[in-house]
Amino acid sequence: MTEKSPETHGLDAVPVLDLDPLIDDLGTRIIVCCGAGGVGKTTTAAALGVRAAERGRRVVVLTIDPARRLAQSMGIDSLDNTPRKVDGIKGSDGGELHAMMLDMKRTFDEIVEAHAEPDRARAILENPFYQSLSAGFAGTQEYMAMEKLGQLRARDEWDLIVVDTPPSRSALDFLDAPKRLGSFLDGKFIKLLMAPAKVGGRAGMKFLNVGMSMMTGTLGKLLGGQFLKDVQTFVAAMDTMFGGFRTRADATYKLLQAPGTAFLVVATPERDALREAAYFVERLAAEEMPLAGLVLNRVHGSAAALLSAERARAAAENLDEGRIVDQGAGKTDRSGSPATEPELSDLATAATAPPVPQAAPTADPAQESAVDDAEHGDDTDVRHLTAGLLRLHAERMRVLAREQRTRDRFTALHPEVAVTEVAALPGDVHDLAGLRAIGDRLTAGR
Amino acid sequence: MSRLQVVSGKGGTGKTTVAAALALALATEGKRTLLVEVEGRQGIAQLFETEALPYEERKIAVAPGGGEVYALAIDAERALLDYLQMFYKLGTAGRALKKLGAIDFATTIAPGVRDVLLTGKACEAVRRREKHGGHTYDHVVMDAPPTGRITRFLNVNDEVAGLARIGPIHNQAQAVMRVLKSPETAVHLVTLLEEMPVQETADGIAELRAAELPVGRVVVNMVRPHVLDEAAVRAASGDHRDAIARTLASVGVAGGTALVEPLLDQASEHARRVELERAQRAVLDAIGVPSYELPFLGDGADIAGLYRLAKELRKQGVGA
Repeated sequence: MTEKSPETHGLDAVPVLDLDPLIDDLGTRIIVCCGAGGVGKTTTAAALGVRAAERGRRVVVLTIDPARRLAQSMGIDSLDNTPRKVDGIKGSDGGELHAMMLDMKRTFDEIVEAHAEPDRARAILENPFYQSLSAGFAGTQEYMAMEKLGQLRARDEWDLIVVDTPPSRSALDFLDAPKRLGSFLDGKFIKLLMAPAKVGGRAGMKFLNVGMSMMTGTLGKLLGGQFLKDVQTFVAAMDTMFGGFRTRADATYKLLQAPGTAFLVVATPERDALREAAYFVERLAAEEMPLAGLVLNRVHGSAAALLSAERARAAAENLDEGRIVDQGAGKTDRSGSPATEPELSDLATAATAPPVPQAAPTADPAQESAVDDAEHGDDTDVRHLTAGLLRLHAERMRVLAREQRTRDRFTALHPEVAVTEVAALPGDVHDLAGLRAIGDRLTAGR
Repeated sequence: MSRLQVVSGKGGTGKTTVAAALALALATEGKRTLLVEVEGRQGIAQLFETEALPYEERKIAVAPGGGEVYALAIDAERALLDYLQMFYKLGTAGRALKKLGAIDFATTIAPGVRDVLLTGKACEAVRRREKHGGHTYDHVVMDAPPTGRITRFLNVNDEVAGLARIGPIHNQAQAVMRVLKSPETAVHLVTLLEEMPVQETADGIAELRAAELPVGRVVVNMVRPHVLDEAAVRAASGDHRDAIARTLASVGVAGGTALVEPLLDQASEHARRVELERAQRAVLDAIGVPSYELPFLGDGADIAGLYRLAKELRKQGVGA
């Protein structure tokens, strides 16, 4: 890693993430958007879906928990667990967009129905433990998202699947949950729970160690006997399906490592979001999952970045004072040359230590006449307004500087990660046009 | 003020920061607060720039006026083992359970058990007393799961009582529910003045109310100062460009109209945002829940920012 002097922006050296080649590449079959909560994962996934479809791909977007308006913008406000075609997609290359919202319980039910004969399926679906597990377990959503991804991929109706990841406790949960659920469902513990039901009575005691009986005893005490019975019934009913769960969890995992898969880590230039992003980058590398790059949402910019925050603030304060003290007073750069550093610090000192003896205004015919032309009230308004513009700019520059610092920290850790920045929008996205605009910003490069 | 303050909010709204600021604000003159986190993210440690918190209550900050803030990262697995130890004197058997995957099962898979353990630990801290009889902590502030999951998380009774119909977990769930549904508890939702978080807040409040959980305040976070309004910007973008350029020049800012243009663009963006915020504020007002307002911290939420937010909360009546 090269040392960077404080003056150079760290991102200058960072490779730019170019998303158009990624979505145009027919070899790209799955794009996974992951990142902390509230960074715009779902919006990014939807915008990429729209863009890819309008560039000729047959796309399905799998969203997990979209905001209502965003879902409506794609016409999927009903939660029916099936991809629906999105109307209004433009483009001449025969591209199509389908979108769906994950219904985790429905997905779980469907697995049960598909893999067990009707009687057994009903027994499982009616089991209280199953009902809680399918609706509530902290990892079910993650597991079902991966399950659904596998299903969509297997149907082979789409040549690109864009998937959003669940709003987990930790952004990494969706990688771990399927394994966790899988290993629970055919793990040691569940086999032990099942053993009494299978072998029955004293015969089973032969291979049941002390720990086992103590364990069921303790769990029984802790959770109540009925609960344990529900679990045992559930487990017995699910027996034939266990192998399947594990196999499928493994298959999905492999799918995520396959060359056709690309991960996009989504973040905002905030400390927490980028910290999660860094964890994610490291984790993906450890799991040998292909990272395409980082999408940095809601980045602030300024077309007037040459004017520093300090200078803008000082000038604003100068204007305010001028208004109170003397309408005509003010320090004018008469030479027309850009302000030099010493002048800048003069301004800053002046701003922090009022009252300040203002530089005596020397006669400047051109400006005098201009000021005379304006109405007195107008002039005050303009000064007020200009001070406001400067303050706003100072605030903007402060945000820019902070975002830059946060990004530099990430870049220092992961200089190899390609980044695309998405400029902050003043409002939320409500329709396809909004998603299209995000898509443009996503691929605008720098 | 309720003794258990639960802080939730959509991801990205700054709920951890708000929870920490609230814990600081409540630690007025000699009071002691406990800030707990339940999601294993070590967000508190990061916020206070300390090393990762162990499963142990430790002092993390001193509030102006001598109050103290303690912090605890609750770990469901450790809470369960503690619990087993306390009630069943399990000792080494706990390790055996762990080996078999039983602890894993209870804390991550068995629906609701994890939540009972986490909320249970927080409620224990609320009820705990010192030898002299006073409460150990004047307030417990919980950095809770996000809005989308908060009702389910707190409503452990429904979840667990239905499954574990008898036994200590059942009883624990009942005891926790009594605290959570009482005026001892207040659930606050952090939001930004943006559409999605406001919508989630409205939905979250409806869910909390339906579950009879006590809604505290809406905390409107990251409120930006309204430097310019729409009218000012409209006035500016007309024929005043030259006048603005001259005014800028008069205070030594060169650049002329070429600089004025981007400044005006920024202003109209700001004005649009102000309008959107006004609309979202109206949505929040319609919900009829009192609110706190916290300013946007231009330099990010560092420790100094935290103290500033705490001061702001005190100004608005926290800890009074």
